[in-house]
Amino acid sequence: MANLNISRRTLLTGTAAAGALSLTGLPARAEVNWKKYAGTKLEVILAKGPRGDNLQKNIKEFTELTGIQVESEQIPEQQQRQKVVIELTSGRPSFDVVHLSYHVQKRQFEKGGWLADMTPFLKDPTLTAPDLIESDFSVAGLQYARNDKGQMLSLPWSVDYFILYYNKELFQKKGVAVPKTLDEMVAAAEKLTDAKEGIYGFVGRGLRNANMTLWTNFFLNYGGEFLDAKGNILTDGPEAIAATKLYQTLLTKVAPPGVAGFNWMESMASFTQGRSAMWIDGVGWAPPLEDPAASRVVGKVGYTVVPAGPKGQYSATYGDGIGIAAASKNKEAAYLLCQWAVSKRQGARLLQAGGGVPFRNSILNDAEVQSGVKMPREWLQSVIDSGKISKLGLPVVIPVAEFRDIVGAALTSTLSGADPATELKKANDQYRPILERSEKA
Amino acid sequence: MSALTQSTPAAAQSDAAPEKALRPPSYWPFVVPALVVVLAIIIFPWVFTIWMSLNEWKVGSATTFVGASNYLRLTSDPRFLEAVGHTMVYTLLSVVLPLILGTFAAVVFHQKFPGRGFLRGVFIMPMMATPVAIALVWTMMFHPQLGVLNYLLSLVGIPAQLWVFHPATVIPSLVLVETWQWTPLVMLIVLGGLAAIPSEPYESAQIDGASLWQVFRFITLPLIMPFLFIAGMIRMIDAVKSFDIIFAITQGGPGSASETINIYLYSVAFTYYDLGYGSAIAVVFFLLIILLAAVMLYARQRMLWTEITSGA
Repeated sequence: MANLNISRRTLLTGTAAAGALSLTGLPARAEVNWKKYAGTKLEVILAKGPRGDNLQKNIKEFTELTGIQVESEQIPEQQQRQKVVIELTSGRPSFDVVHLSYHVQKRQFEKGGWLADMTPFLKDPTLTAPDLIESDFSVAGLQYARNDKGQMLSLPWSVDYFILYYNKELFQKKGVAVPKTLDEMVAAAEKLTDAKEGIYGFVGRGLRNANMTLWTNFFLNYGGEFLDAKGNILTDGPEAIAATKLYQTLLTKVAPPGVAGFNWMESMASFTQGRSAMWIDGVGWAPPLEDPAASRVVGKVGYTVVPAGPKGQYSATYGDGIGIAAASKNKEAAYLLCQWAVSKRQGARLLQAGGGVPFRNSILNDAEVQSGVKMPREWLQSVIDSGKISKLGLPVVIPVAEFRDIVGAALTSTLSGADPATELKKANDQYRPILERSEKA
Repeated sequence: MSALTQSTPAAAQSDAAPEKALRPPSYWPFVVPALVVVLAIIIFPWVFTIWMSLNEWKVGSATTFVGASNYLRLTSDPRFLEAVGHTMVYTLLSVVLPLILGTFAAVVFHQKFPGRGFLRGVFIMPMMATPVAIALVWTMMFHPQLGVLNYLLSLVGIPAQLWVFHPATVIPSLVLVETWQWTPLVMLIVLGGLAAIPSEPYESAQIDGASLWQVFRFITLPLIMPFLFIAGMIRMIDAVKSFDIIFAITQGGPGSASETINIYLYSVAFTYYDLGYGSAIAVVFFLLIILLAAVMLYARQRMLWTEITSGA
């Protein structure tokens, strides 16, 4: 469907530009003209967190480099998602650059046509630094950023792998080895649990919706796939049931009481107080765990990849990107900002502070960057290893929130003793029409 | 009865009508600004909400008129029906408990004792705090492993509780926070009522040898009833629409055990972006509130009636 009709105007501008270029006698390999959009003003909307902080803190460097003024605001994640969607739907968003959560918003943004295509910018040597090439982003990053047509609609910014945190001291005390498989993990958790002392083998998210990000680690390792070729949801099959049984066992037998209401915050509290021996959650929690003011387990935390299941070993992966609103009038300037946000320098800062993991392999594998990481070496290793076994942690559909709520509620019910197969079936029956309606719309 | 009272001013109006017709209505310029404001911020949003509720209206896709199908969906939506139940229980408990405790506190603080002013000030402090901040503090206090509440229980030999982390105890635990915060408000209102009661009935009761309970039951309680009524009304409105504390502590969980209509409405409209269905919930919620208000007003009428008959 390529458009082969070249209009007279395109031809003329093309010729004129070529002529101008030859007149100035520029070398064939053009360099990025950073100052070209000096004086432009950009509005940026960010979700609150280390990525947003890192951008805001160093934005002066960008302004010095380009002469572009940047106004940015950070809003708590949930509210930011709502605000962004409402503004984009209105057709006149107040921002040029938007920070998006791929695992929740990818499909919604694509269907809405809200993001500008960056592919031509990426190919333009006057806009893109030579070190920024698509293949430098990890597979998960490209899966997230590209649409069905292969267009890059955003730049992958920061990836969130799920890893296993464990308390080395408790492991030593009970003589338990670090689990390599999910079965070993259950056995280890049973050994580590000492309810009389108030110590439990495992802790993780039980709260509806939030719990899905943990459960999918089990689901993927039992060989689960979210959707079949026709786009039907598959979360009531044998893999899902097995994963849910594991989830139920862990959270009812070897986890602290009340875990059904735990989000990451309560889980982390239990882990940092040395009351839970293992915790599976996003990679981003190393800084609070290693902060003496907030944690009693400083220096005692082990970091490793999520244990393997019977059908493979995957780390459920989530991620953030940075894109340009299709309605923006300053797309090129906005692109320069996006590029700067995922640049080596900014990515290195993010990684070294433990605030996030860049999608770009050239940053992650750089020895100099690695040596500057302030977190334990083991943490970095778990990040690098997770990158090799990463798999998207949620189905790429529009009603992600409903999926997380409905299946998440089914998981929570199993914690009060409900049967996994029945609950998952019920959840699927409830979710299927919602998915169908959204795909038809 | 109300028809009778209403007909009187109507009759008076019709007497004055001929004279009025001669003068141009000079009050319109004064009414218009208020009318515009009411139309723009109350009437229009409501009409629009009703219109949205009759459409399949999802953010990011086209809207189609679907008639009453959103409302039909409500009747078979288990999450919505559960939410109605949760709202009722939550509202009932968080009206009744502060009323009882607040009245008790008011009677205590009505007595004269040293340091009363200071203690009253301390007692109303919860009311001054921000709900979300309170919620975050309580969340950690409820933590089953590390929370201070279970520690306090352990001191008196009561086993650890799961508080907001178990479906069966989550609503009572949330009501505990609500009660802790809003009992002082009831106390303030009732204190005002107590200050207005004359001392004569008490003196005569003392002469008749009434017990403390009898004094409270037959003198204090009837006389502060109108104040309790106001307090109950304010509490009810607050409790029905309660959102911040529930959202910040449990987000409607565990599962959906503490999901009230408001929380569900929020999810549907702003997390699932299903504005049509969300509007239908809002409309039903509104009708429910009107119904509750009507019941309260009816009860008030009845109360006035008994007051008059008992007075006669």
